[in-house]
Amino acid sequence: MNLSFEFYLIVGAFIIFIIISVLRLFLGPTAPDRAVALDTINTLVVASMVGLGAATWETLFIDIAIVYAILSFVTTLFIAKYLEGGGD
Amino acid sequence: MITFTILYAFLIISVLFNALGVIGLHRFPDVYTRLHAATKCTTFGTIFMTFAVIVYSGYMYYWNPGQDHYLNMALHTVGALVAILVTNPTGAHAIARAAHKVGIKPKFAVIDELEKKEAK
Repeated sequence: MNLSFEFYLIVGAFIIFIIISVLRLFLGPTAPDRAVALDTINTLVVASMVGLGAATWETLFIDIAIVYAILSFVTTLFIAKYLEGGGD
Repeated sequence: MITFTILYAFLIISVLFNALGVIGLHRFPDVYTRLHAATKCTTFGTIFMTFAVIVYSGYMYYWNPGQDHYLNMALHTVGALVAILVTNPTGAHAIARAAHKVGIKPKFAVIDELEKKEAK
């Protein structure tokens, strides 16, 4: 049983979703809109890294996905803090 | 064979919900509804992606008992699942709170209870 092709296909779909989300990152009328788009992109990157790990059987991808999820969480919190303090 | 079916179901749910989240990010009118669509759907989709990888690795370890890297993979993926489960809703809540503090109004909302509570 080898599902590498399916996982690569799904990672490709996720990359297309990331490109569509980047569009919202540029279009977004207000700053929190851009923060939402960034959060979506971060989650999709984590999902595609987990998929790549399953496709290539490299555990390193999963470790990087964990670290990326936690670091992106810290980034999101700091952006939210900055928006609260600094106004628009 | 049942494992195949479960795996394909998980993968299809994952891609479907991530697609719905990204479509919602573009179609909804203001920050709060966009946050609702994007964060909840992508979190759900990513959780099912990790479920699929856990089932896949567990299946491979079951049929190749000596090879520890399959088990290693499953355990690391559980770690990724926990990280996503803890961090993602918290970040969404922080963004929503920041948006409300900046002064963005919900677009079609009739009543805003939080604003009344803060005005008191």
